Amino acid sequence: MLRRLLGVSAICLASSCCVIAGVKIGAVTCLTGALSSFGVSSVQGAKLAVEDINASGGLLGEPIELIVEDNGSKAGEAATIARKFISQDKVAAILGDLTSSATMEVAPLAQAAKIPLLTPSATNVAITRIGNYIFRSCFIDPFTGKVMARFALDHLQAKRAVLLTDVKQDYSVGVSDVIRSYFTENGGQIIASLAYSSGDTDFRTQLTEVRGRRPDVIFLPAYYTEAALILRQARQLGIGAPFVGGEGWDSPVLVQIAGKSADGNYYTNHFSAADPSERVKAFVDRYRAKYHATPDALAALWYDGARLLFLAVKRAGSADPEKIRDALASTRDFEGVTGSISIDENRNASKPGVILTIQNGETRMVQQVRP
Amino acid sequence: MSRALLVLVAALLVCLSVSLFGENLIASRYAYYYDILITIGINVILATSLNLVNGYTGQFSLGHAGFMAVGAYASASWSNHLDPYLLASIGGANSPFATNVAFLISMLLAGSLAAIAGFAVGVPSLRLKGDYLAIATLGFGEIIRVAILNTDFLGASRGLSVAGSYTNLFWTYGSVAICVYVVLGLVHSTYGRGFLTVRDDEVAAEAMGINTTKYKVMAFVVASFFAGIAGALYAHFKAFLTPEGFNFFRSVDVVVFVILGGMGSTIGVIIAAIMLTLLPELLRALAHTQFVPPAYQGLLENRLILYSLLLITLMLTRPQGLFGDPVAIRKRFTRSRGN
Amino acid sequence: MDRLIEIVQQLVNGVSLGSIYALIALGYTMVYGVLRFINFAHGDIYMLGAYSGYLLAPYFAHFFKFGEFDTFTPQNTLFILSGAGLVMVLSMAICAVIGVLIERIAYRPLRQRPRLNVLITAIGVSLFLQNMTQYRLGADPKAFPQLIPIHVVGGLGNLTILTSQLAIILATILLLIVLRLIVMKTKMGLAMRALSLNPTACSIMGVNNDVVISFTFALGSALAAAAGILVSMDSPSINPLMGNLPGIKAFVAAVLGGIGNIPGAALGGLIIGILETLVVAIGFPQWRDGIAFAVLIVILLFKPTGILGRVEREKV
Repeated sequence: MLRRLLGVSAICLASSCCVIAGVKIGAVTCLTGALSSFGVSSVQGAKLAVEDINASGGLLGEPIELIVEDNGSKAGEAATIARKFISQDKVAAILGDLTSSATMEVAPLAQAAKIPLLTPSATNVAITRIGNYIFRSCFIDPFTGKVMARFALDHLQAKRAVLLTDVKQDYSVGVSDVIRSYFTENGGQIIASLAYSSGDTDFRTQLTEVRGRRPDVIFLPAYYTEAALILRQARQLGIGAPFVGGEGWDSPVLVQIAGKSADGNYYTNHFSAADPSERVKAFVDRYRAKYHATPDALAALWYDGARLLFLAVKRAGSADPEKIRDALASTRDFEGVTGSISIDENRNASKPGVILTIQNGETRMVQQVRP
Repeated sequence: MSRALLVLVAALLVCLSVSLFGENLIASRYAYYYDILITIGINVILATSLNLVNGYTGQFSLGHAGFMAVGAYASASWSNHLDPYLLASIGGANSPFATNVAFLISMLLAGSLAAIAGFAVGVPSLRLKGDYLAIATLGFGEIIRVAILNTDFLGASRGLSVAGSYTNLFWTYGSVAICVYVVLGLVHSTYGRGFLTVRDDEVAAEAMGINTTKYKVMAFVVASFFAGIAGALYAHFKAFLTPEGFNFFRSVDVVVFVILGGMGSTIGVIIAAIMLTLLPELLRALAHTQFVPPAYQGLLENRLILYSLLLITLMLTRPQGLFGDPVAIRKRFTRSRGN
Repeated sequence: MDRLIEIVQQLVNGVSLGSIYALIALGYTMVYGVLRFINFAHGDIYMLGAYSGYLLAPYFAHFFKFGEFDTFTPQNTLFILSGAGLVMVLSMAICAVIGVLIERIAYRPLRQRPRLNVLITAIGVSLFLQNMTQYRLGADPKAFPQLIPIHVVGGLGNLTILTSQLAIILATILLLIVLRLIVMKTKMGLAMRALSLNPTACSIMGVNNDVVISFTFALGSALAAAAGILVSMDSPSINPLMGNLPGIKAFVAAVLGGIGNIPGAALGGLIIGILETLVVAIGFPQWRDGIAFAVLIVILLFKPTGILGRVEREKV
């Protein structure tokens, strides 16, 4: 029994390092565990990009081999996977991770091994500062914060705002800091900064205070789980002011849970499935046909990120990590479904965002925002 | 020198030589296996130390990850903030002597702070038995985690990057050797008899004049010290810490090692730790082959489902785990009810 | 006057939250009473109750017109309540069965074994329920269907009491009364009380201990399921891990009130609910979860038998 087990294990470990011709790219994300729904979206987007490239002849003449690994939504796993990609699978580049904290584990290893890494969705500023092999194809928290504040000032003519921050989430804290400084520097006034934690379900205490302050607008850089409940409870308490949120709101579940309370609010996003442009429509249709669901921002981001990486490999003309790195750094005006992406000198993406609003339970695009 | 001490010194020397001659080769060419090796070492330390509390002393602790967190963040803070001064004064950041001394100090700091935390948890635990103790230790673990989450200096929700990846085979397996030496040494001494007495029948022990307080607290403190060491090793290997990484599920992981191995059997928990560290990697490799129909792949990858079924099955069929002592298990915590 | 209204508002929030904790705590305390065992998996029954409602409601949505009514009127109140009530009762029944099954499969074989084993098994069951739900139904939050119209029930000025909060409080009172009747006035209730005092004597008197224990589990699970449905009417977002924190807080509530003591559990739940709301109201929302743990530590240090509990002498 033990011998058979050893035999099976040996075969498994051996077969996972057999060589297939074709450029190998490692993708790491959270397919199981608490963040699994995000992970599944991301992989679906990436796989669609793989199909695209393979349909048009593959990379360097061979089909791409995308090795997908799951970090189980657990700390420490992403680092193990990174080491596997680097030493065992010998990938040419790494796509991932989904969250900032997992990417912070992977990036130092990729940098040390000089393997280029591209994260399509981690927004913490510190990530690309790790080294010149680390890239990102989404915009960073400071951009989100500025867009939100700018929109409130210009479009909503808001002067007095309340800031609601999720103190447990780095994303929310980061964006809140930027909103606070940008809004006040440009003539607005943050009349109150209130806090909650992700996982909370009752926000009435904080919202009662918001009601008392009568703000023009309420900033809510939150994830949709809490945002939905906050919007609901706010309207129940009689708060009429609009909320402005970030890309964490992006999910059909927001409207399902919040119902009519979601109407009349705004949020920034990377992508709108309702975007009438040809490119986006084609992407949405193909995604729907293959996965029977509307793509969310994560799927779109990973689709773009994967394609950007693959095209960089094509431009590099080889699977040499250094050439790929240089090709990535020189990406300009890559046409993606989340906009036109250029990699700037900090290896972050310079790309537009969109502002969406919800009316009658549907999201509508209000405006595009250039960087 | 006693035989045990000779074995320890020999083990340390072996670790040192492997590290000096093979480290760079393994770390660069076989980074994945290297990762697994280090993780096994860390898990063995965690399992052995928890076994001292759960297995030998019979106190069911569900908060081990909290002590690991204290150690990890303490050593990370030291490396991030105080190391530059230290290194500058004893040879510079590039000298292996300097970095190793710095790491040793940071590990000892980690262990000591974790031990203090263990003392703080051990003292209130005096009054609690069985289920209450389990929940209280769970509570302490969560309190530690929430405190870190609310401390900006420690990175709060952003997480903390750790400067210096000092963990290597020598430090990891050297710590394993020392941990096993200390635990086994304690267990086979008078202290050990004290632990076992507390486990088997606390009331009788008190009646015989044994200071159960002292033994319970000692077990917690020693176990927490090594959990802190494990945390320091983890911090300087994974290079990034988040409070979420030390939550209840991490504690459960370690508890599963101890239960599977057999509470009260050091060799058992070591084997269990090795097996359960290898298992996810094996499953990962299995998922990539064609042996498993896709419908069941998700189930395989869902480690917690397998762990939970393992726990239930073990308790129903073989509660002493792989190597535990069935008689001792049966005697523990059986309170006669109703007369 | 404004200040007074704000205090009353927080009290209402606290009582509504506390009612949920009370319902869950009752299950913990009853099981502890008859088995001297903390059912670690109880919080996940609460979660399963919410998911049962989520899965059942679509079958009745058309007939009972869920979500189509905007307010309660004298004409539709009975209709709406019967619809919501039906979903709730069915979920309670499902979870009662699940509770009994868990007891039969995972806990009963270990009844003669050390209690540590059962605790570990309970942890295993809890993890299994959470992760199986996560695996089969997805880890992301789902929207709980609207069973009753949610609107403000007239109040003075800024005082906002919602129909959902009122429903929670009224339903809890009703369930507490029913529970009291069962425990005090029925034979099964008498058996439960006797079993918690002395199981050996019970079986000598001809009571089938196993049946009573199963009944206790069924009752506790049904109450937890009711809590799950009620809370989901108020905050319609459910996810597989939603039972973790409320489960622990309800356990603290049970200990606070005196574990094994039924009125104690209800009292403990209310206190924890109000305390939690207070902590957030005075400006420390990030400690809202920590306060329950703090209460636990304090209680265990100073009065482990809880407020209404009775000191149990350990005999050797």
